[in-house]
Amino acid sequence: MTISDVKNIVSAEIICGEEHINKEVTTAFGSDMMSDVLAFAKDQCVLITGLCNPQVIRTAEMLDMICVCFVRGKRPDEDMIALAKERGIVLMATEERMFATCGKLYEKGVRGGESK
Amino acid sequence: MSMTMKLHYDVSGDDFTRAGEASGKVKAKLRQLGIDPTAVRRVAIALYEGEINLVIHAGGGEIDVEISPEEITMVLTDQGPGIADVEKAMTEGFSTASENIRSLGFGAGMGLPNMKKYTDQMKIDTKLGEGTTIYMTVKL
Repeated sequence: MTISDVKNIVSAEIICGEEHINKEVTTAFGSDMMSDVLAFAKDQCVLITGLCNPQVIRTAEMLDMICVCFVRGKRPDEDMIALAKERGIVLMATEERMFATCGKLYEKGVRGGESK
Repeated sequence: MSMTMKLHYDVSGDDFTRAGEASGKVKAKLRQLGIDPTAVRRVAIALYEGEINLVIHAGGGEIDVEISPEEITMVLTDQGPGIADVEKAMTEGFSTASENIRSLGFGAGMGLPNMKKYTDQMKIDTKLGEGTTIYMTVKL
């Protein structure tokens, strides 16, 4: 599926990176702890998180992730949006909670991918 | 690439929002040099963890990166409080980070173990009350 499909499946709103929404998505990683994302994520395309600070964008950047989906109605601020735009990372936000977001994507074929 | 390239960054200890800036710049530079993407990612993650540590534990510090055709070496130096028990600090899940730091998404006790995991060599020189220097190498 594409980032655009992810947006529709989890009823999210695209915040920035509209021009990249046709990129392919096969795997995702969900966590509010960036330490754990850095420890366990490998080759995942989408970061699903309820944490909302610039280090979320930096973490996605270090791991070559192409999209961050904020759950529980969290909204990135202007600085975070600017960081993501510079790096070509798509940001989206949904009112859904973490569990439901992950479940809906899993149901449609997105997987956790390899870890470590 | 036949020469050695050296990069230096000062990391400010009072601005968590900017933590990761140096690591991002190093990552961009390595990409630009056409270095293997897996090696680039290993360097980026290890350095980013180290940079976060400089900000949240040490009140800032310095990062020096040396890129040669054979390897990338990273040296992180600080004048922070030092690490009381290095062996313990290397244990996954052990953290001295405050609740405040945890609320920012860090302090899960994965920093130093991650740095070791993603690099080929890692050495920690630390003295309580004086500071810490961490040496890491990723072979190309």
